[in-house]
Amino acid sequence: MIGRGVSKRIKSIKFAFLSPEEMRRLSATKIITADTYDDDGFPIDMGLMDPHLGVIEPGLRCKTCGKKVDDCPGHFGHIDLAMPVIHVGYVKDIKNLLKATCRECGKLLLTDAQAKEYKKDMDRIGDSGGDFLDVMLVTKETAKDASKRQSCPHCKAVQRKITLDKPTTFREDGHKLTPKEVRERLEKIPDEDLIPLGIHPGIARPEWMVLTALLVPPVTVRPSITLESGDRSEDDLTHKLVDVLRINQRLRENRDAGAPQLIVEDLWELLQYHVTTYFDNQTSGIPPARHRSGRPLKTLAQRLKGKEGRFRSNLSGKRVNFSARTVISPDPLLSINEVGIPVETAKELTVPIRVTSYNIDTIKELIRNTVNPPEDLFYSAGVNYVIRPDNRRVKVTEKNAETLAESIDIGYTVERQLVDGDIVLFNRQPSLHRMSMMAHEVRVMPYKTFRFNLAVCPPYNADFDGDEMNLHVLQSEEARVEAKVLMRVQEHIISPRFGGPVIGAIHDYVTGSFLLTFRDSKFTREQVIKILARLDYEDLPPSRVEDGIEYWLGKELFNLALPKDLNIEFKASICQHCDDCKKKECDVDAFVHIKDGKISCGTIDEKAVGAFKGRILDKVARDYGSDRAREFIDTITKLALGAIMVRGFTTGIDDEDIPNEAKIQIEDLLKNAKREVDELVSAYREGILEQMPGRSLEETLEVEVMKVLGRARDTAGQIAGKHLGLENSAVIMAKSGARGSMLNLSQMAGSIGQQAVRGERIARGYWGRTLPHFRKNDLGAEAKGFVESSYKSGLAPTEYFFHSMGGREGLVDTAVRTSRSGYMQRRLINALEDLKVKQDGTVRNTADTIIQFKYGEDGVDPSRSIRGDAIDMDDILLEVLGERYWGLYTGEREKALASYGTQEKDMLSISFEEEEVEEE
Amino acid sequence: MVDVNVMLHELVPEHTLLSEEEAKKVLEGLKIKVDQLPKIRKDDPVLKILEMVEGEITEGRIIKVTRRSESAGVSVVYRMVVERVK
Ligand SMILES: [Mg+2]
Ligand SMILES: [Zn+2]
Ligand SMILES: [Zn+2]
Ligand SMILES: [Zn+2]
Repeated sequence: MIGRGVSKRIKSIKFAFLSPEEMRRLSATKIITADTYDDDGFPIDMGLMDPHLGVIEPGLRCKTCGKKVDDCPGHFGHIDLAMPVIHVGYVKDIKNLLKATCRECGKLLLTDAQAKEYKKDMDRIGDSGGDFLDVMLVTKETAKDASKRQSCPHCKAVQRKITLDKPTTFREDGHKLTPKEVRERLEKIPDEDLIPLGIHPGIARPEWMVLTALLVPPVTVRPSITLESGDRSEDDLTHKLVDVLRINQRLRENRDAGAPQLIVEDLWELLQYHVTTYFDNQTSGIPPARHRSGRPLKTLAQRLKGKEGRFRSNLSGKRVNFSARTVISPDPLLSINEVGIPVETAKELTVPIRVTSYNIDTIKELIRNTVNPPEDLFYSAGVNYVIRPDNRRVKVTEKNAETLAESIDIGYTVERQLVDGDIVLFNRQPSLHRMSMMAHEVRVMPYKTFRFNLAVCPPYNADFDGDEMNLHVLQSEEARVEAKVLMRVQEHIISPRFGGPVIGAIHDYVTGSFLLTFRDSKFTREQVIKILARLDYEDLPPSRVEDGIEYWLGKELFNLALPKDLNIEFKASICQHCDDCKKKECDVDAFVHIKDGKISCGTIDEKAVGAFKGRILDKVARDYGSDRAREFIDTITKLALGAIMVRGFTTGIDDEDIPNEAKIQIEDLLKNAKREVDELVSAYREGILEQMPGRSLEETLEVEVMKVLGRARDTAGQIAGKHLGLENSAVIMAKSGARGSMLNLSQMAGSIGQQAVRGERIARGYWGRTLPHFRKNDLGAEAKGFVESSYKSGLAPTEYFFHSMGGREGLVDTAVRTSRSGYMQRRLINALEDLKVKQDGTVRNTADTIIQFKYGEDGVDPSRSIRGDAIDMDDILLEVLGERYWGLYTGEREKALASYGTQEKDMLSISFEEEEVEEE
Repeated sequence: MVDVNVMLHELVPEHTLLSEEEAKKVLEGLKIKVDQLPKIRKDDPVLKILEMVEGEITEGRIIKVTRRSESAGVSVVYRMVVERVK
């Protein structure tokens, strides 16, 4: 496979053990003492901080290589262990080896013929291109087969049962095997018997899995830090090695002095514990070693493992320069492409600029500006560093600014502070899709937050309750161009996830558009000027006069944002889905009709301009390109905000006020519902409740009760809703799609309804009842979590309790869902990250093998598709047939389509995947 | 030899063996070598059935798989026969 763009391919990686001899050869010094520094603060020779192990203090030279701090790579030392200990990382392998070989002669417990057979199997798989894992499978088989044998086929010795007492104690028929005995057994295994077991004897003798020497990492790996108080604080690894050395010393002394066996064994076990925790302090079966403060020590395995480990935290993800992070806040007057950056940030972040004959004068000016900014400007960029052709960096300071300005020449590079228009990457975690990181243009602004247009909140999933975001300044011309072409906000208006807009009006923008365009909302000259003040437009639409008063129609103001040749027709969010749609004569002005860029009827709300659902937005982005779409969003943003501000908009709890007779009506309704439930319960008790097919009697009762109570809640909502009209702010928000739903409102004004845990009425708590407030076996509405009250009237104590139960379940569900989907996403990305679509439309991996012959099997880019389809039949028909096509409706329209093409899919069903509103 | 003809199952798409000429054409069309194709194992149940019709199918032959596709209606995939998947 070499030659197809892969210049070098790693064929194999070999893993081997370090033999004690090799450790000693690697070692710069033997470590014998547990003391690190002497009284004068100098490192003790042959101690853990021996200067032969490398340097960590600036100015000093390494005693091994003679180099200084950053040049000396550090050198290993070693500890000679008084008695051998098991290496925790290999206990499994040791166990398998002990089981598979003879306790007397050390040979593999298979006949020579069997061994040869397995060896042949391995070779065959290796030759036919099977990889390491396949070969290992055979060796496992070999070991398993050998372990089954009761007596040695070579020396006839009877084998005993080897067990492992976790983590590191081996037993033979219950008798303890010391590491020394284990090592002796492993030593006896002949080289040729190792090969069928998958061990290459030249590089890995099994007895090396039992340590007789311990490699001590260089000090550079475990630097000590000097605290402000002058005290020295040692790395966890050093602490652990001190423990090892101490016990090692005592063990040697006791052994040499001929101390009782019991004491020696205790110390030996302690040494085993320290060496084990030195490798992995989370070994199961033993308590983790702790720091004096009680904190568990971070030893070798802990440095590598997990999210904070070396791999995920330092190698797959790194800290970077030219980046900034701060709290975000909204600025509706910024373009969606822009990001507001605090002056302090702008002065810290830089872009490298190469000095040429074209810009040398400007750059000189910039350097002078650094210390002498022009007074009439709010912000002026300076230069932080000058980089000379020999790569020497000079910081621009008050003193040297003038001389530096004079000294720069072509070939120099300067690091210029940010200016308006610089391209930066902006990101909010968790970065779940590509729109989580987009390129923005810089706008330097006062105050200390990053700011952006609220239309860009949905792709980042950002709000302003304290969210922070990251910003990265691009450092090369290619990177800037690439970011501008591929990553700019305006290029991501349409999401590849569902082929609709992810950037668009939300919240007040939707309310504003609604207020601007609903029915014939009128605006005076003064108001119009206020609304249009920040807009760029060619002609003000002509005013109208009624009763001598001049006014403008909101709809005509909205036309200013539309492309001049736009044609579209759809139903607004406020549509009541009447059975017989009156279209242009709609009672609630919910039928939007736009011809040649002019609205003739209909209200602009979420369905027109909202993120996820905006039909006009979608059409503009598709048909007129991203530049026009950006302009469209920027314009409607300002229009909507102008409208909402001149009219004024507020909501309060009195928006949920309903008249007394409505309240009484709801009360009666709920009373009836409860009576109905009681009747169902007594029917159930008398055994006259009709059982539903496929359900038990209890289930039938539950279903019936839920039905009754659900209906009651809905009816209560309807009664309340009757008194909440479109003049009500809360209703405007709910119906236009800005925020909240009619259900929210009816729960505030009418009744909250049944609370559920695991989809059922609440049943847990005490014996036979949910709370002591109720009789045992009460199956009525109140006793099982029906909340009759509204949020506004307030809940009874029992109701409050049930509501908390339901609420808690919701919270737990979201928490579980996010963590689970996060892990799933991680696995998916790891599996798919290096697939790409090639020029010929195939999807391939890095080995250039085909994964998919056509991207998505149909080769359609979802972000350029019309709700999943390559072409928009609806639009083409409109183009061909003109407005006549609008005349053909539902049934007829579908028939027209069917006869037009053989496309199977339902082109007309405009079924956007409804984005569920995620509550915090 | 085989108890069940998996090819008859509704979830198993259509598999056909390409002749050497057809295989050459496919590879030329895609401008790739055989080993860049997705793989199908020689001991795949479908191949067992195919072998009853076509005789032994050696490693390196190409199987054409035609299946229903949610997005494209019909999608065609080619797979190279291998002894065991690497
Ligand atoms: Mg937040
Ligand atoms: Zn050194
Ligand atoms: Zn033996
Ligand atoms: Zn209508």
